Amino acid sequence: MNLIDTLLRCVGTLAVFLVLPLVVGQTEHKVMAHMQGRLGPMYAGGFHGWAQLVADGVKFAQKEDVVPAGADRRIFQAAPAVALLPYLLVLLAIPVGPNGFVGQAIDAGIFFVLAVMGIGVLGSLMAGWASANKFSLLGALRSAAQLMSYELPMLLAAASVAMAAGTVSLPGIVDAFHWWWIPWQLIGAFVFFTAGLAELQRPPFDMPVADSEIIFGAYTEYTGLRFALFLLAEYAGIVVICALTSVLFLGGWHGPFSDGLGWLWTLLKTLALAFVVLWLRVTYPRLREDQLMRFAWTVLIPLALAQLALTGIIKVAIS
Amino acid sequence: MKIPGSGLAKGLAVTMRTMTRRTVTAQYPDVQPALPPRSRGVIGLLEENCTVCMLCARECPDWCIYIDSHKETLPAADPNARARTRNVLDRFAIDFSLCMYCGICIEVCPFDALFWSPEFEYAETDIRELTHERDRLREWMWTVPAPPAHDGAAEEPKEIAMARKAADKLAAAAAAQEQEGGES
Repeated sequence: MNLIDTLLRCVGTLAVFLVLPLVVGQTEHKVMAHMQGRLGPMYAGGFHGWAQLVADGVKFAQKEDVVPAGADRRIFQAAPAVALLPYLLVLLAIPVGPNGFVGQAIDAGIFFVLAVMGIGVLGSLMAGWASANKFSLLGALRSAAQLMSYELPMLLAAASVAMAAGTVSLPGIVDAFHWWWIPWQLIGAFVFFTAGLAELQRPPFDMPVADSEIIFGAYTEYTGLRFALFLLAEYAGIVVICALTSVLFLGGWHGPFSDGLGWLWTLLKTLALAFVVLWLRVTYPRLREDQLMRFAWTVLIPLALAQLALTGIIKVAIS
Repeated sequence: MKIPGSGLAKGLAVTMRTMTRRTVTAQYPDVQPALPPRSRGVIGLLEENCTVCMLCARECPDWCIYIDSHKETLPAADPNARARTRNVLDRFAIDFSLCMYCGICIEVCPFDALFWSPEFEYAETDIRELTHERDRLREWMWTVPAPPAHDGAAEEPKEIAMARKAADKLAAAAAAQEQEGGES
């Protein structure tokens, strides 16, 4: 019984992990195209190119897996897994619906989630260093610097929610949620979401892969399936960041009929946030590396600290 | 007073508005493009009208029209008359790999033997195939559309105006004669 239950939860998480990033990727193809007055993929699969990513996957699988002669072979080959797996682990801990609808409820959920997500950046650092390519190294160092700057506001914003709820367990935070938390934690939500975008290296924070400057950053030397895994990690990261934002700041499963349809609310909120991620990508140009750093240290961190102070004051006032 | 961040919001509004509008992508091989009137696709030859005057070949800026002809003597219809000679077209070819679609040959043709056709799908894998000989040029004539209608307020074409004038004159004369006949 217990084994079957565990197995079912793992398989369910894996299925979500494999399907949702593809849905987000396909949506990105179409949304980006229509925001630019184009149609996007139209042929693959017959109906409006719905199978474009499947076709891409087949193409990636057919390509030769090249490892550069000067590369650190084992690290180079392990890097995509290091980039991808943390997101799978994080997804396991994100509560989807009420009454234990979660892969694995962890008491120190926020700590676990934020700590494991930091490992993902280690993947691009390994990839860049092991590639023996100066562009890869530059990209890897940029992503490391970006992680350093943006992890702090992200942690502070998450700490604000944990303070408001009085718990660090993710289901506990959603349980404690009230609608007036949204205006209360608005600044925190902005900081968390923006820092999450930067951590994923999504435009407009994509300097680590700035193709006009350093080709494709840490992933320059990758081909075939390993490259596809890095791309999958990026889209899995979008799903994870959006799910976390909706769980921490938008009340997760709370909504009308949340007893039966709680999971649907979480999914809807996550997908709406994913749309915002794509929207931002289409709208804004890439920041410069120094602008990126300045934004983190002079805007996001003061905002996160202000949110923390606000949370503390109101928490003391109402208790 | 400018609100900080209003530029960012404006950017988001632009992309969102574009998403709700129709796309501009032409789905060409699946959907044929709607071409405007007088589209310049390929040149058709109505060889029945050609008199081998060579004006088109001489005016062509890049000399892509090839014309060969010979003279034929027609036996005189009347024993007292001189025998007439006539130009007979042997070859008429346009090399579309050289043609720059200026349309000067069509403009200069005094006998309306050359026409624009809107057909544009005649790409070839061999450049020599782009030299269209007279039979192929004649085939393009079937794709030449009727000339677009005149503007509603435009003056009548000269030919029709003259024909109408002549017809009116005839009718007036006939009416006058009938009146005269009735009186006498």
